[in-house]
Amino acid sequence: MAVARVPSSEPYAARAAKRFWTAARRDNLVGYLFIAPQLIGLVIFVLVPLALVFWFSLHEWNVLANTFTYTGTQNYALLLADPSLMPVLLATFIFSVGLVVFNLGLALLLAVLLNQKLAGTTLLRTLFFSPVVVSLVAWTIVWGFLLQKNGGINAMLGAVGLEGPNWLRTPATAMLSVIVVQVIKNVGLNMVLFLAALQGVPKELYEAARIDGAPRFKQFRRITLPLISPTILLTSIITIAGSLHVFAQIAVLTQGGPGMSTTVLVYYLYQQTFQFHRFGYGSTLSILLFLIVCGLTLAQWQMRKRLVFHER
Amino acid sequence: MNAELPARLQVLVYGLVCVLLIPFVFPTWWMVTSSVKPVSAIFAFPPELIPTTLDWSSYGQVFKLQPFAQQYWNSAYIAFIVTMATMLISSMAGYAFARIRFPGADAIFAAVLLAMLVPSEVTIVPLFQMFLKLGMINTHWPLILVPIFGAPSVFATFVMRQFFIALPVELEEAARVDGLGRVMIFRKIALPLARPALASVAIFTFLHSWNLYLEPIVYLSKPDRFTLPQALTQFTDAYGGPMWNIQLAAATLTALPVLIVFIIAQKQFVEGLANTGLKG
Repeated sequence: MAVARVPSSEPYAARAAKRFWTAARRDNLVGYLFIAPQLIGLVIFVLVPLALVFWFSLHEWNVLANTFTYTGTQNYALLLADPSLMPVLLATFIFSVGLVVFNLGLALLLAVLLNQKLAGTTLLRTLFFSPVVVSLVAWTIVWGFLLQKNGGINAMLGAVGLEGPNWLRTPATAMLSVIVVQVIKNVGLNMVLFLAALQGVPKELYEAARIDGAPRFKQFRRITLPLISPTILLTSIITIAGSLHVFAQIAVLTQGGPGMSTTVLVYYLYQQTFQFHRFGYGSTLSILLFLIVCGLTLAQWQMRKRLVFHER
Repeated sequence: MNAELPARLQVLVYGLVCVLLIPFVFPTWWMVTSSVKPVSAIFAFPPELIPTTLDWSSYGQVFKLQPFAQQYWNSAYIAFIVTMATMLISSMAGYAFARIRFPGADAIFAAVLLAMLVPSEVTIVPLFQMFLKLGMINTHWPLILVPIFGAPSVFATFVMRQFFIALPVELEEAARVDGLGRVMIFRKIALPLARPALASVAIFTFLHSWNLYLEPIVYLSKPDRFTLPQALTQFTDAYGGPMWNIQLAAATLTALPVLIVFIIAQKQFVEGLANTGLKG
């Protein structure tokens, strides 16, 4: 380096270098280095694929014939004309709404029950939470086993003289079954969040309400619900987002059937792309999924301002 | 709500809780007990709540019909690497976003958060093509790389950032006065303090990797490469019907170790996952 050739200037150069690498600059460098793995990874594994999926959606892509031709918006026209689109969107909608309503309702009920001064609350909390840590597919397989025509649930119904349907092969009960299996699996998470929120409600408010003679139900509606509304919003956001990812349960329990009654968007996307090898059309479905997620996020952002009583 | 309930109501609450508990606890019990019943008894009527004769043969079949030990190892080592790498990447990024005011920090953080909006299913078509071009189909690379850098790790970074923001900065400032550099402060002071958040991230990440199903069935087609969730569904007879007792034995082997760890460390699990949820 120049410094080595002109030894006399070395202290000066060193001082100059030191001045360039001030503490603040070094700090910034560390900052960039610390986020670099995450950032580079995101670009390669999320952003580039996101751009590519849009590009692919403008192509007719036959993997078997190895053809890849630009077709503009043809896939989108196909999508709108696809007779399966409405059933798929309907199934996705029913699943998501059913899941959110049932999950939040049950989570809130469990949290309120466990928030009472009962003996053994910790054990009960652990038991209600336990399905969360059971391997998803293992859990689904057991339920598939229980929901067979001659499975455990119908056997128990039979013991009290009732005849259960073939749960997973009947359109009306297949979707219900998938929703229930998923709710029981994950409701423990929301229950714990609600429990924490309930414990954060100041006790003085209830005392005041009691002095005023407000019945329990009214206390719940007028005090508890408004005060835990931020948690309700949070859990509903998490649950709705999670509901769009449902795949393993459908693949193991119903394979989208009977008919198309449980073919949700992600399952349809998988079928079209990896079973029928329609990569271009699969990409179009991916874009649709992405748009739905973006739309939901925007809607939730708007709702947050209106519905949530107060924000900590 | 917090007042002591009258005795009659308390009995009612207990009764209700016990009934509600059935669908949460019974499936696990049914899975374990059915896996040790002879095939003839698993659909017996009336159902045997406690198996009368024990038959362990389905456990032998699990290892005979599939390279199940190999599949178990696959799942375990993938989950381990993903968990470790995510903890490292997310704690570094989370710390930088929380503590270092480098130019563009907020804008970059917002962009990173937006990436959390992209469900992994949206990008699976191009990712499949990428890994195909790289010759990584039927390898475990997709199952390792995508979670480490995709939405789950962004979520972990978010959890870590929230934790570091809430952490008092005085300790670090004291160390700074003592002449410790940023990297050392992170390693010696911030990171050890972040153990609860790291535990949350570890539990969340491990379960996510352990449960992955769509990715394995897209990327893997050789049985000795399979991960557990994918392997569980492979125990089928010549007509494609599930061999229930064997599937349930394999499911028991998959679920029980995590369940046992959970029961031992339930407080950390519940609070850890609840923390990530609260802040997510």
